[in-house]
Amino acid sequence: MKRLFRTSYVKAGLTFIIALILLMVLRNPYYVGILIFLGINIIITIGLSLLMGYAGQISLGQAAFYGIGAYTTGILTTKLHVPIILSFPMSVLLTVFIAFIVGIPTLRLRGHYLAMATLGLGEIVHIVFNELISLTGGPSGFGNIPLIRIFGIELDNDYKYYVFVWAIVALIIFLSLNIINSRIGRALKAIHKEPTTASTLGINTSRVKLYIFTLGAGYAGIAGFLYAHYITFLSPGSFSLGFSVLLVTMVAVGGMENIWGAIIGTTVLTILPEYLRFFHDFDILIYGVILMAIMMLRPEGLYGIKIPLKRIRTND
Amino acid sequence: MNIGIQLLQYTLSGITIGSIYAMVAIGFNIIYNSTGIINFAQGDFVMLGGMTAVYFYKTLHLPLLLSGLSAVLIVMCVGILFERFVIQTLKNPSVITLIIITIAASILLKGGAMFIWGKDAYILPSFSGDKPLGLFGATILPQSLWILGFLFLIVVALAGFFRFSIVGKAMKACAFNRRAARIVGINVNRMVLLSFALSALIGGIAGVIVTPITLAHYDRGSLLGLKGFGTAIFGGLGNMPGAVAAGIIIGLLESYSAGLLSSGYKDAVALIILLAVLFFRPGGIFGKKEEQALKTF
Repeated sequence: MKRLFRTSYVKAGLTFIIALILLMVLRNPYYVGILIFLGINIIITIGLSLLMGYAGQISLGQAAFYGIGAYTTGILTTKLHVPIILSFPMSVLLTVFIAFIVGIPTLRLRGHYLAMATLGLGEIVHIVFNELISLTGGPSGFGNIPLIRIFGIELDNDYKYYVFVWAIVALIIFLSLNIINSRIGRALKAIHKEPTTASTLGINTSRVKLYIFTLGAGYAGIAGFLYAHYITFLSPGSFSLGFSVLLVTMVAVGGMENIWGAIIGTTVLTILPEYLRFFHDFDILIYGVILMAIMMLRPEGLYGIKIPLKRIRTND
Repeated sequence: MNIGIQLLQYTLSGITIGSIYAMVAIGFNIIYNSTGIINFAQGDFVMLGGMTAVYFYKTLHLPLLLSGLSAVLIVMCVGILFERFVIQTLKNPSVITLIIITIAASILLKGGAMFIWGKDAYILPSFSGDKPLGLFGATILPQSLWILGFLFLIVVALAGFFRFSIVGKAMKACAFNRRAARIVGINVNRMVLLSFALSALIGGIAGVIVTPITLAHYDRGSLLGLKGFGTAIFGGLGNMPGAVAAGIIIGLLESYSAGLLSSGYKDAVALIILLAVLFFRPGGIFGKKEEQALKTF
């Protein structure tokens, strides 16, 4: 039984079931909307956590890939009337392709240099969204992006979209857990611990890093696709440098060690602002305080903080 | 206006903005030299300098000179506090932790500034009037001359400090080899503290003197920091004269592209240069090929 729970099928399946139970419990459409965003954010941060925790690299440009995915499908479906079934692979492939081309020179860099290169890249993409007015509508954006229709069902309300998004989240978790336990995953762990040893053992370090960087970008592209067809309106503000930094914050707060840390961090930082409506404009200050506190007191993140459940049970 | 005068005009404004980039880059270099850390909050030090100067001048009605001085002092204190109570308390931090913690500092400064001063942009009066000076048909603001003057002053003072004072030499020793510096009796921790103080000080000065031209706004730090880092990389990380030259080159390119191509893409110019340098010559354009081969980036 215990072994069964360790398999990626069951973990991904359980995530989906928990999401469905949550949907039954929360009949408030407002909360459902928030949890859709949570699912979209989790897809991006899982990719980022593979890059940060497993490959030991940092990307401060993840919002750019998210934006490329969203804008590609938005422009294809509204301006060129491409059906969604085609715009999905096209937007994800374009994101992956751009990440691959950019990743080749970028991933030769390490640490601070990589962080700054991805930051610069994200900012350039953001400027292009703002300036390429004929395609992107510039700072005011564009709307009327069609809704998704699968198997003849149009995802026209939040409940249907919620199920769709969380099914994809479960798929992404399944895929990521298998990648971690594959040859590439083990290679990544080796690179993270001892890059020199890893390369002497015949691991092509830069190629493995490139794979994982492109994979993370692909996840962000999928998230961008989901975002575009949910909100049906895009403007550059959603893909700014601030969002890239927030994504890194989510992963760091939850814990970079594994993807569950990313999921916890994303959940905390997506739900928390809703309870802090009172401070609505000062969320950025609160993010700063949380991030600083976590990095100083518990740099490994929230994941794995031991709640003394056992002690309570033995006292009974 | 003929094209020659127009070009001269772009050149003058490019040099002005380039001087600010150079100052931010010098701030990056000082901390990098003594610790190997890239301080992602460097741009926010500049923002903080401008904001506090405005606060002293407009709200507390201090004279301009005193406002500027107190603002610079406050930024320096923030830099010292950040080093003493955050950076120094970390035990064996990884590069990712260091990156994230300076990002956290940047978010905190930005959020704090928004908390205190809101989302408005503020302006300081120019130090010596707003009457533009003519120069071969083009004009230059007196404030630009102040900026150039301060850059010159900072560069000369730093060169003197690192070359002639014992503390400056000790800091340089830490930059070359921390362990050896410790063995000869240099208090490395104190030098690191000093480098943060110095870097925040220069950031503060940059913030105060640029506010009469570009205004102060809580969200100005990140892009300025990014461009300043681009400048530092372009000139070779840790290389002070390189930073000045690179700042002026980037300022000029940005100003020409804003004037001749499109103003929307002017911010992209500095960033594309940053990426190109990172990809092809990560040691900077002034670094030697052989030297670069020995470093890891």
